[in-house]
Amino acid sequence: MQLSRSSRSKRLAIKLLLVAVLMFGFGYALVPLYDVICENLGINGKTDSTASLAVATVDTTRKITVQFLATNNENLPWKFHPNQTTIEIHPGQNTRVTYYAKNESNKTMTVQAIPSVTPGLAAKYLKKTECFCFRQQTLASGEEMEMPLLFHLDRDLPKNIHTVTLSYTLFDVTGKQQEVPEERVGKIE
Amino acid sequence: MSEVTHHHVQQRGFWPYAKRWMYTTNHKDIGTMYLWLSCIMFFVAGAMALLIRAELFEPGQRLINPDFFNQMTTLHGLIMVFGVVMPAFVGLANWQIPMMIGAPDMALPRLNNWSFWILPFAFLLLISTLFLPGPAPNYGWTFYAPLSTKYGPPSTDFMILSIHMMGISSVLGAINIIATILNMRAPGMTYMKMPVFVWSWLITAFLLLGIMPVLAGAVTMMLTDRHFGTSFFDAAGGGDPLLFQHVFWFFGHPEVYVLILPAFGVISEVLPTFSRKPLFGYSFMVGAIIAIAGLSYIVWVHHMFTTGVPLAAQLFFMYATMIIAVPTGIKIFNWVATMFKGALTFETPMLFAIAFVFLFTLGGFSGLMLAIVPADYQYQDTYFVVAHFHYVLVPGSIFAIMTGVYYWLPKWTGRMYSEALGKWHFWLSVIFLNVTFFPMHFLGLAGMPRRVPDYALQFADFNAIASVGAFVFGFAQLLFLFNIIWTIKKGKPATSQVWEGAHGLEWALPSPAPYHSWVTPPSVALIDKEEETKNPPLQP
Repeated sequence: MQLSRSSRSKRLAIKLLLVAVLMFGFGYALVPLYDVICENLGINGKTDSTASLAVATVDTTRKITVQFLATNNENLPWKFHPNQTTIEIHPGQNTRVTYYAKNESNKTMTVQAIPSVTPGLAAKYLKKTECFCFRQQTLASGEEMEMPLLFHLDRDLPKNIHTVTLSYTLFDVTGKQQEVPEERVGKIE
Repeated sequence: MSEVTHHHVQQRGFWPYAKRWMYTTNHKDIGTMYLWLSCIMFFVAGAMALLIRAELFEPGQRLINPDFFNQMTTLHGLIMVFGVVMPAFVGLANWQIPMMIGAPDMALPRLNNWSFWILPFAFLLLISTLFLPGPAPNYGWTFYAPLSTKYGPPSTDFMILSIHMMGISSVLGAINIIATILNMRAPGMTYMKMPVFVWSWLITAFLLLGIMPVLAGAVTMMLTDRHFGTSFFDAAGGGDPLLFQHVFWFFGHPEVYVLILPAFGVISEVLPTFSRKPLFGYSFMVGAIIAIAGLSYIVWVHHMFTTGVPLAAQLFFMYATMIIAVPTGIKIFNWVATMFKGALTFETPMLFAIAFVFLFTLGGFSGLMLAIVPADYQYQDTYFVVAHFHYVLVPGSIFAIMTGVYYWLPKWTGRMYSEALGKWHFWLSVIFLNVTFFPMHFLGLAGMPRRVPDYALQFADFNAIASVGAFVFGFAQLLFLFNIIWTIKKGKPATSQVWEGAHGLEWALPSPAPYHSWVTPPSVALIDKEEETKNPPLQP
């Protein structure tokens, strides 16, 4: 027997409402999708937030210029700069550089450094063994520190890339400290 | 037939009157309320546009401070999109769809009442931000993070909730329209006999169902970023501001087709009537609407060419965007072919419809220019973009709404509007619309950025021209309002067919359309007589 018009309409309305709920979920699904796609295609200039192993073989046939930048987000009252602005390395060569940071405010502050790589396609070839960006950094007023970064460039780095720029932006996260998962924590002297 | 006459016994006094409108589940009442809400919002957001143009009449800070200027651009955009164009088309859908498919009412009348009554409160909430302490939303209608999250004024939360309410209203309205079209058609009204206006709304409703929840998700993420410690769009916490643009434009691009597909429907009804010919290529018109709607989901990154997306993505989204020109071209070809060798007369709705075809095409062409990636690097965020989207929205969506109102007003009220006043309204609108928006193309090509309250001296002349055009255009709309009120009060009685060349079930009803129409469905013979003239069987 056929259902009446109004109960057919109600059934259809419920199904359509489900579609709307699913699409609301899809909006949220875009968040992890975005991260996964960016990470796999390496298209967003984002580097891995986990430590990778050091390597032993070096590709001595070419040299890559690596530039370092530092930016303070929103007039953060910190001194923040790389101790070397440019270096030349071979792909596969384990390299150690340092950044300098000083809290110039009159209170204890916690910051998080967010890396970004230009050109974006080089990001997934930049492998960090150890990085101050793996976790939040807290400094008391007037305190300063050298922040180490251990990295290498993957030997598969495309041949057309000769210069890689690594930029860190320092964000104030005081009062919003998060528990960082263990595997994300790098070792810092 | 007691229910047919029951509304006539409405008691006098304020409360019975208010209750009649608050409790009504009649599709015609609700359609009327949608249209009046849209009309009021049109003048509110229009006044904001005039404030913007007054400030830009000459260089320098003259009338309003930059922060208030930003609030005006934001609210003008949000209200015009969500408060004017969308409710107006839903109003037309409410009035016309049941009459056109031979249904007694919408499928879910009570839901229909609720869908409407959420809206006035949503806009009260949004507009109230102007009168509360602190600035109103001031980051543009696209409310990009972090402008709207980290740096958004407290009133942003009002905007977020108001967008939630608009979203609920749209989704419920869309569900109702789909249910009506799928379940309520009179026997014999097959899919390929449905008027194109009904087709366009069926597809629009599916678009709304797909995108409004995504927008709701985006503003919910904003809300939790602002107050509940999440970091969807905050780089410091591992999020990404660029993600906001992806989520927003995943909604935003199909949204612009929500604003234009019902317009295509209206124009496809009006042109055949005044050309006294069937619509050319009915099935291609339907197919083109479906194709446009499908493609609209995979082009959103063309709003973000300069954000650093990779080359491959730029190429993909450029080609995908340009492919949309094909179904759109089919539609424009068919409209022109409908008029070709027709016995044309130029009543007000026809004038607006012809202006639509011509000016919407212009807006489409500037859209094609913007779709070209290297060119877009030059045009991005300039007045060229402003010119483009005003050309597709004002002589596109808004003109189509006016076309529909002039076309169906005699059916709704049983009275003819004033043709003389209608022609004045049309000519003032069409001339001064171009005076307003055409110079913006030149300003954009010369490099004037969008969303600025002040500009360099070399842009002064075109800005002055645009401002003069805007004021004449704006005040000309009062003629429209006056004409509608005059029609309701004093218009000459209209016949049931109203227009000599009009075909379709709504014209088989008396004018004004009875409060309850098609209580007994139209006969198959009547449907065939009225609808087959629109989609005649192919001649061998």
